[in-house]
Amino acid sequence: MKRAALLLLLIASGITFAAERFGLGTPASADDIARWDIDIKPDGAGLPPGQGAVSEGVGLYDQLCLACHGENGQDGQYDQLAGAPVPEEFATTFVKRTIGNYWPYASTLFDYVRRSMPQTQPGSLTDDEVYALVAYLLYLNGIVDADAIMNSESLPRVEMPAQSRFYWSDEVAHLR
Amino acid sequence: MINRRSWFKKSAAAIASVPLVNATFAATPSAPLDSTKVLGTPPKEVGTRSGFEKLERLVYAREASSASATPLELLNGIITPSDLHFERHHGGIPTIDPDRYALLIHGLVDRPLKFSLTELKRFPAESRICFIECSGNGGRAVLGRGAPVAEEVTAGQVDGLFSTSEWTGVRLSTLFDAVGVKRKAKWFLAEGQDSAVMSRTIPVEKGFDDAMIVYAQNGEPLRPGQGYPVRLLLPGWEGNAQIKWLRRIDVSDTPFFSREETSKYTDAKTDGRIEMFSFVMAPKSIITSPTFPTVLPGKGWNEIRGLAWTGHGKIAKVEVSTDGGNRWRHAALQAPVLSKGTVRFRIPWQWDGKPALFMSRATDELGNVQLMPGVFADNRGPATFYHNSAIRAWKVDASGRVTFGQNELA
Repeated sequence: MKRAALLLLLIASGITFAAERFGLGTPASADDIARWDIDIKPDGAGLPPGQGAVSEGVGLYDQLCLACHGENGQDGQYDQLAGAPVPEEFATTFVKRTIGNYWPYASTLFDYVRRSMPQTQPGSLTDDEVYALVAYLLYLNGIVDADAIMNSESLPRVEMPAQSRFYWSDEVAHLR
Repeated sequence: MINRRSWFKKSAAAIASVPLVNATFAATPSAPLDSTKVLGTPPKEVGTRSGFEKLERLVYAREASSASATPLELLNGIITPSDLHFERHHGGIPTIDPDRYALLIHGLVDRPLKFSLTELKRFPAESRICFIECSGNGGRAVLGRGAPVAEEVTAGQVDGLFSTSEWTGVRLSTLFDAVGVKRKAKWFLAEGQDSAVMSRTIPVEKGFDDAMIVYAQNGEPLRPGQGYPVRLLLPGWEGNAQIKWLRRIDVSDTPFFSREETSKYTDAKTDGRIEMFSFVMAPKSIITSPTFPTVLPGKGWNEIRGLAWTGHGKIAKVEVSTDGGNRWRHAALQAPVLSKGTVRFRIPWQWDGKPALFMSRATDELGNVQLMPGVFADNRGPATFYHNSAIRAWKVDASGRVTFGQNELA
């Protein structure tokens, strides 16, 4: 009997331990989260207010991006951004990977430019500037017209040429 | 961000211009004729290597978005000395004050929480020996891209974006329990505190399986190049996803499709489709000795040594061929063989003095086998070089000179 009680106590303490949260960590306030939460999803979740036009992006590009990425997003020292069509097969021809042929979502463009660019002044662009640059980069790739304006409404509606080519590996197919 | 192709082009140039022994080292010390007749030096606070040994990483390009490779051919055993662990970063190495550090976990959780470094260290700790391999490791061994691959390259130059350490930290599942991850959560964004604010989306199930939040490497705090003060460890998965300088985890129901998991570390297949989220590193083995620039002293006894690993679990066997892939012999595996760790293999070889092509092939406990480059390329053309786990070959000529023999497998 005594032994059974002891066993019960052990089991109970085991259960307590499994659910133990250790009481560590400080509650994160809405402000704490807002300060760091910069991710954007394809459906536009996370996109901030503001907007930018292709015409505004041209000047920004020439001033902030051209030195590394070249005129019209080509022949720069770093990543080629435009000027290559979606190839029939990536596997048999080596084709430069550009926004137009290898980026499945426009949201990623906003997310990436805002968090990382320009490389020597990361995170320095205003949301309006990011929208304008995204508009211009999409225009350079022939994805939007010269009068396009990007904002939280229009950006998620942009269909990227390479989107249909992307698929999830078998490792994560069950998570779809 | 740097263009991968130009990065590798530049890397190749850097390799050509960086001598294997760098002049930054102090001059070789002079040793007394009889060390038993001279009083030695006293102990110091921090030890250094013998002045006779010159170990250094190969730095690809001296700019923020670059990499440095482990000199695999100069190391023994499985643990990489922390100062020789490979690095690949996209916005340079940030300087982070540990007292101001916090890890934020939010999104689909019951209780969004911030954890200080001190708090992370108070959770139940665990240590684990794991390899980390860059998703792009071995890109320079990819055949069929129009030109033969370089042959006067070391094992580290070929596959040195690969290292092994003992990592210590807290299980991510422990933190998930602390914040109360909601049932519908399937993915989480891991985000770094570097200037690239590097971000990747990881399945929540990996977080509940064996992912760790680590703050120590080989007993000491993480090196800055490895994510000081805290990085994500995803045993067996591609290096890029193991976010360094980790500051935020956003738990979600769908992936975020960050730049690295869409436009970069994805694999273009022969059918024209592009595979995302291929995280697990396939079984791979590499010979580290004898390799370039070794010259065999003459025919006779050699020990072929190398490293093998798999992201699927344990290595089951490593076979070695010294006749161009006709006959394969089992190499001895050095215990312990750790799951998602690295194993050292060795096999004796009597060299007959004639030109030879030798290579190794790993098989893991799930039966996954390292493939010959031709078979490997059948599903992967020249448009991609990530996750290149194909068999590596080395060749020796009649003079005993060893060079990278991959072109012989084309």
